[in-house]
Amino acid sequence: MVGIVIVSHSQKLAEGVIEVSKMMTETAPIIAAGGLEDGSLGTSYDKIFAAIETVYSSDGVIVLMDMGSAIMTTEMVLEALDKPNVKMIDCPLVEGAVLAAVESAGGRSLDELSELIKDSRTANKF
Amino acid sequence: MNTKQILAIIAAIAKRIEAQKDFLTELDNEIGDGDHGINLARGFKAVEEKLPTFADKDIGAILKGVGTALVSTVGGASGPLYGTAFMKAGNVCKGKTDITAAEFVAALEAAINGIKMRGKAVEGEKTMLDALCPAYKAIKAGIDGGKDLIDALADGVDAAQAGVEYTKTIIATKGRASYLKERSIGHQDPGATSSLYMLQTTLEVMRRA
Repeated sequence: MVGIVIVSHSQKLAEGVIEVSKMMTETAPIIAAGGLEDGSLGTSYDKIFAAIETVYSSDGVIVLMDMGSAIMTTEMVLEALDKPNVKMIDCPLVEGAVLAAVESAGGRSLDELSELIKDSRTANKF
Repeated sequence: MNTKQILAIIAAIAKRIEAQKDFLTELDNEIGDGDHGINLARGFKAVEEKLPTFADKDIGAILKGVGTALVSTVGGASGPLYGTAFMKAGNVCKGKTDITAAEFVAALEAAINGIKMRGKAVEGEKTMLDALCPAYKAIKAGIDGGKDLIDALADGVDAAQAGVEYTKTIIATKGRASYLKERSIGHQDPGATSSLYMLQTTLEVMRRA
């Protein structure tokens, strides 16, 4: 299964997103990389790096982020990792994470998953 | 500019950022998420702690080490932005223990291009680039026109100062401040301000050295 990393300025927000995703499925490997080491708000290079390694398998990993430094820091982690099967996806965090969890549990490949999650960018709530 | 001067500049920047921590955070409170000073001070404290391990390194390795420390400790947007800037400048100075004025200009250009790439930003968006880009142009013009590095740096600092003033007049279109739209007018950009401090500190140290 494709691993999922939720990067947020807030550990609470990242864990909350995972909580909501797990309403759909408990099986997808999904992990939070939120806040700084001391629990304050921000994005941690080391936490993101460690989270990716934790859920990494040959199936690959997708990383979903909230905003600003979460995106730039993830970008730098990915450059350092230099693994083609670790991807960051531009999508709404909650909707994207729910979709990712469902599709990862359903056995989708990294490329299929990436494409499907991108659809959440244009989905209207009402 | 030699290794010793680079180390002195980095140490002085760390002190300057720590001293201006509250002011930078105050600026960021007005139009951002209020963490610029705290974050950058945390990053440069980590840099300061690593300084002794840089003593026998070349300029490229020192700048790369500074960048790496910032990326892993800042925790906000200034981490990847300044981190990338120092790392890119480090690439230009790889293996060198002394750089010419022209090489300093090239390193500054690489740093600015790194910030543009990482932040997907250009001048005029109320960011650090609004201090750094005018400074770069002034420094390059000075060096190309035959000035020595210190005089050119002084022109660069003046241009960066004007750039910081300019950020008060424009709407933020990048970063957290962009959420405020026209309400961001009237406030000076914290990132441009910290960039100005780095340039001022570089000039001060070069004048002493």
